Amino acid sequence: MTSELDIFVGNTTLIDEDVYRLWLDGYSVSDAVALRVRSGILEQTGATAAVLQSDTMDHYRTFHMLERLLHAPPKLLHQLIFQIPPSRQALLIERYYAFDEAFVREVLGKKLSKGTKKDLDDISTKTGITLKSCRRQFDNFKRVFKVVEEMRGSLVDNIQQHFLLSDRLARDYAAIVFFANNRFETGKKKLQYLSFGDFAFCAELMIQNWTLGAVGEAPTDPDSQMDDMDMDLDKEFLQDLKELKVLVADKDLLDLHKSLVCTALRGKLGVFSEMEANFKNLSRGLVNVAAKLTHNKDVRDLFVDLVEKFVEPCRSDHWPLNDVRLFLNQYSASVHSLDGFRHQALWDRYMGTLRGCLLRLYHD
Amino acid sequence: MPGKLKVKIVAGRHLPVMDRASDLTDAFVEVGARSCPSKHRERQVDDEDLQDEPLQITVLDHDTYSANDAIGKVYIDIDPLLYSEAATVISGWFPIYDTIHGIRGEINVVVKVDLFNDLNRFRQSSCGVKFFCTTSIPKCYRAVIIHGFVEELVVNEDPEYQWIDRIRTPRASNEARQRLISLMSGELQRKIGLKVLEMRGNAVVGYLQCFDLEGESGLVVRAIGTACTLDKLSSPATFLPACSSPSKDMKESPLVHPPSHGCRSTHNSPIHTTTGSRLTQNFSVSVPTLIYTGMGSGSAGKEGGPFKALLRQQTQSALEQRGGSPHRFCRRREFPFFTLTAFPPGFLVHVGGVVSARSVKLLDRIHNPDEPETRDAWWAEIRQEIKSHAKALGCHAVVGYSESTSICEEVCILSASGTAAVLNPRFLQDGTVEGCLEQRLEENLPTGCGFCHIPYDELNMPFPAHLTYCYNCRKQKVPDVLFTTIDLPTDATVIGKGCLIQARLCRLKKKAQAEANATAISNLLPFMEYEVHTQLMNKLKLKGMNALFGLRIQITVGENMLMGLASATGVYLAALPTPGGIQIAGKTPNDGSYEQHISHMQKKINDTIAKNKELYEINPPEISEEIIGSPIPEPRQRSRLLRSQSESSDEVTELDLSHGKKDAFVLEIDDTDAMEDVHSLLTDVPPPSGFYSCNTEIMPGINNWTSEIQMFTSVRVIRLSSLNLTNQALNKNFNDLCENLLKSLYFKLRSMIPCCLCHVNFTVSLPEDELIQVTVTAVAITFDKNQALQTTKTHVEKSLQRASTDNEELLQFPLELCSDSLPSHPFPPAKEHLESASSNSGIPAAQRATSVDYSSFADRCSSWIELIKLKAQTIRRGSIKTTVTVEKASPMGEGNFRNRSAPPCANSTVGVVKMTPLSFIPGAKITKYLGIINMFFIRETTSLREEGGVSGFLHAFIAEVFAMVRAHVAALGGNAVVSYIMKQCVFMENPNKNQAQCLINVSGDAVVFVRESDLEVVPTQQPAANCHPSCTEGEVTT
Repeated sequence: MTSELDIFVGNTTLIDEDVYRLWLDGYSVSDAVALRVRSGILEQTGATAAVLQSDTMDHYRTFHMLERLLHAPPKLLHQLIFQIPPSRQALLIERYYAFDEAFVREVLGKKLSKGTKKDLDDISTKTGITLKSCRRQFDNFKRVFKVVEEMRGSLVDNIQQHFLLSDRLARDYAAIVFFANNRFETGKKKLQYLSFGDFAFCAELMIQNWTLGAVGEAPTDPDSQMDDMDMDLDKEFLQDLKELKVLVADKDLLDLHKSLVCTALRGKLGVFSEMEANFKNLSRGLVNVAAKLTHNKDVRDLFVDLVEKFVEPCRSDHWPLNDVRLFLNQYSASVHSLDGFRHQALWDRYMGTLRGCLLRLYHD
Repeated sequence: MPGKLKVKIVAGRHLPVMDRASDLTDAFVEVGARSCPSKHRERQVDDEDLQDEPLQITVLDHDTYSANDAIGKVYIDIDPLLYSEAATVISGWFPIYDTIHGIRGEINVVVKVDLFNDLNRFRQSSCGVKFFCTTSIPKCYRAVIIHGFVEELVVNEDPEYQWIDRIRTPRASNEARQRLISLMSGELQRKIGLKVLEMRGNAVVGYLQCFDLEGESGLVVRAIGTACTLDKLSSPATFLPACSSPSKDMKESPLVHPPSHGCRSTHNSPIHTTTGSRLTQNFSVSVPTLIYTGMGSGSAGKEGGPFKALLRQQTQSALEQRGGSPHRFCRRREFPFFTLTAFPPGFLVHVGGVVSARSVKLLDRIHNPDEPETRDAWWAEIRQEIKSHAKALGCHAVVGYSESTSICEEVCILSASGTAAVLNPRFLQDGTVEGCLEQRLEENLPTGCGFCHIPYDELNMPFPAHLTYCYNCRKQKVPDVLFTTIDLPTDATVIGKGCLIQARLCRLKKKAQAEANATAISNLLPFMEYEVHTQLMNKLKLKGMNALFGLRIQITVGENMLMGLASATGVYLAALPTPGGIQIAGKTPNDGSYEQHISHMQKKINDTIAKNKELYEINPPEISEEIIGSPIPEPRQRSRLLRSQSESSDEVTELDLSHGKKDAFVLEIDDTDAMEDVHSLLTDVPPPSGFYSCNTEIMPGINNWTSEIQMFTSVRVIRLSSLNLTNQALNKNFNDLCENLLKSLYFKLRSMIPCCLCHVNFTVSLPEDELIQVTVTAVAITFDKNQALQTTKTHVEKSLQRASTDNEELLQFPLELCSDSLPSHPFPPAKEHLESASSNSGIPAAQRATSVDYSSFADRCSSWIELIKLKAQTIRRGSIKTTVTVEKASPMGEGNFRNRSAPPCANSTVGVVKMTPLSFIPGAKITKYLGIINMFFIRETTSLREEGGVSGFLHAFIAEVFAMVRAHVAALGGNAVVSYIMKQCVFMENPNKNQAQCLINVSGDAVVFVRESDLEVVPTQQPAANCHPSCTEGEVTT
């Protein structure tokens, strides 16, 4: 007696959350059954392995049919074939677009191309995430990227609207898309200590302040360049950043800046002497990073540079985080007292974001 | 009667990409009925055509250079638009369906129908007759008269077997088939409708339509149903004054004679029957009028004689008048059958037992599709047999009646079954009152046990039976076991809970051709029936129960085997005696080890019985024999209540199904077969705790459903290893298949615990030599475990109270009928009626039993008057344009309602449509019936592997069928399908060719329901009368 056909179709589509997770994690039916057996479900329900096998098959088939719709979540809401309560629909979508921290760190900032896709099996072996799951996550990134790439308006809003993700997940996707678009290097050994959360935090700040959309004048300016508002850094702004170079190039200005910062922080900093000794190096580093951002190559290396030029020197001197905060606050604020410096607004736009990023990046 | 059909195509979405190069689709549509699609905006069609033909919308992709590609089609049955109370507009998103690719996008369509005045007096259409799949009186109606059985059958050639099929594409062939079947079912429905009108009914309840795919010899579409005159229930508030002041209604009685309405009665010849009564020939009017018959006079029985002569005259009618009392129309038909399974209180007097008949036929080509005589004659034969069985059981009617077929190659088994019963003649407009009735009528029928009392003569029993005095009233005789095909009557007193009981059986058969094959099958049938019956009996005893409800025995024929599957719901009826245990007796008592084995087995069986009793909470009150005190008549033999007979084998009636002994049921183990039987008895695993299952509408013993429901269909096909198949191996395989299927269901639905699987419907088919296919459709309903305990207690109390007031109850039944008689949610208003009505009538109960109850009569009369008025207007103004009949309609009514149902739709993008095989929705009230859903789909694939194999293919198809049903219901403005049934699921595969094909036929009633919690919030219930008007005025599109 062999089973030829075995199906179960409910008027309301049955979704088993546990099986969905196993399916998303890329387990085969037999692996999923084995895992379910190990979870002790047979003892709890008194079912047999055959029942479990049939149940798992059914769910996998359903998920397989749903997958096509999950690629365009609004379709899932409007389709008529599967009657799914709205809360379950949200769960299906949210889980489908969820990703593994380990995986996202591997591909963050990489071009979402076929080439990267070929490397997925390496990532799979490295992270222990099944290849199937890697593929799904990668395809999700790519799909979201493709859809919002050419869109005007807020990146997060666009993602939310077209993929019906929760606010949190939409923000994460915005970061992923932003990183992929600007190809920020995140894979260097130096950067390994950073989590996806750290990068996402920085991405959000950069989207808010450094992109075209951030300027907030796009609607009045129907220039064709305004198309990719949240995805691309504001080229003009990056160009202007060269002007900041004067802060380190002009010896007087640099000295004045140093003395202003030192006066303000004297006695308040545990690492005052180290700061005083390193001030010129740190300032030079931060300003040079800004000045270099005109080149795409240097944009990509932004995080490497920040870690090299600022995070690492401070860390080697054992600056406490609070001291870093005090220093950065004072460092950016003091520029306003420099009479000869004309680019106050530019400095604020640059340093405001950078300060946030650096504080986030500064940890072990 | 011509009409104007207006179709508006609003939008399309999710269309497939038809042009790879541009990733686009140049979609356009063709709209039409019949095979000539029209591109005109408006087209005039006859309503006869409208009834037969579904609206067909074809979506195509425009190609400049090559022929346009079909994307898919939408078939819309516009019947619901043709009667006034249902939908006035069909509007919504419909899936675009293609028989090769499945659903490909959706299209938004608005359809309206304007019917012109009735120009043709000799009309062929039957607009206005309502159809219900529900096998009980629909919830928002009350039955004025239940007329009886209607049947019809149409035949045609199967397009799949026409020569043209060799040259056309599979798509064309499938579409031809789909279209033909929907055409045939439309025609069938129209013909049945005409019959109902002829009987002066206005509705068909328990409508069951089936397809017989006879292959080479053709295609048969047949339907049976119960013709009724239904009356839309107004809200209790409007109803109450009507019944408390009958005089007011009486004043309106002159309106009973609208003079214009006589022309259709030419073939009704009123016949004088009763001696001493005055004959009135009311030709000019021929309005069906009411009379209160039967009670006290005892003439009912005598009427039987002259009636016999009329037996074959189908539409004969007798008009009778008695001493100034109003008329009642008496008509008899050939078959006093009722497809209903649940009845208004008081309708069912006694139940005799299951009657069934089978017949093996050789199919031959249907030569003349216009005269389907052969098939008609076949069924007539079987029905005649059923009728005579019923008569032998002392019953004049058959309830819970159904018919089915099983076809393999050119052999066909026709089966019919039902429950012989005695009905209350006051309800039955049908005058089929036989001799057995008169004495029963004078009895005070105690509720909760009356239906168990034997209808046949104790001294002249049709078969050996073991009778005792009723354990409830101690006045009447009852059998020890009762088998029925109906649902448990709502007033029945049940102890504990019920459970699903199945008997499963396979028998190998030699492959043979034609007549030899038919003979082989006929020879096997009686043995199968016998074994199925024995198995059922054994399992029933094992469960410690004494009655089966909803019994359905399905015999399926295959190339080399026969399959029998019987499903029923076992219960413990308080009125019937406690079942005895099962005793095992060995044949060789001297063998010590054998003896030990037997005793071991006996112990196991006893343990199981004890365990089951605990599980199903069966703890009947202990009654010692002395209290019963009645001399039990000759403890002869067990009753045989399953009267069955197979064509060509009369000996089965002689088969003694009893096993001797008074109460213990002895199983003799004399061969391995019997051993097997005993083993199989013990292999049935009870459902896990928190789960119950039954195949009836509601689970006996559970009455506090919560609102969560999940309808599902599960299909399994297994391939048997062809090597040396034995009956035992086959039985085991089949048993395992069913048991595993049930286990799977329990596992899948575990999140709903505590819940009950209701209306579990198993269908077995044998698509190929070694394949067995089992299809299950059921609904899981959650219930509140804690409340259950309380309500069962109060239920018992209530039943005690009921017993005392049963006199009134019986007499007032039309009152009770008016209220919503949802069995699980008795409406408080119903009680109030009862009380007020009974207090109004100051006649002592004893007197009332024999006197005419005017209040109930007047009520019935008034409703009848309303109906006639309605009808008159209908005829005058065209079939659906009716004006306000009773009260002024508030134009807001409809709008209000829409608003109320709107919010859930607004929340989610797609409105939820519930589906259930039951006739009700727990925790909700059905406010409107929108019409019957009857859909037939074919799906074929030539890329089976790519679609996920057979499972993937069928899974997707069934999901699509559900989607299309839901879309149609939603477009009608409904939010649920009740009495949903998947009547056919024919699956064929050819994995070698990477092909598969499946045919599915589903039906049900589209309804609008309102949550009971919502009802409380909205205090003013919309009067039902408001639903009638305003369907055509001011609605113009395009």
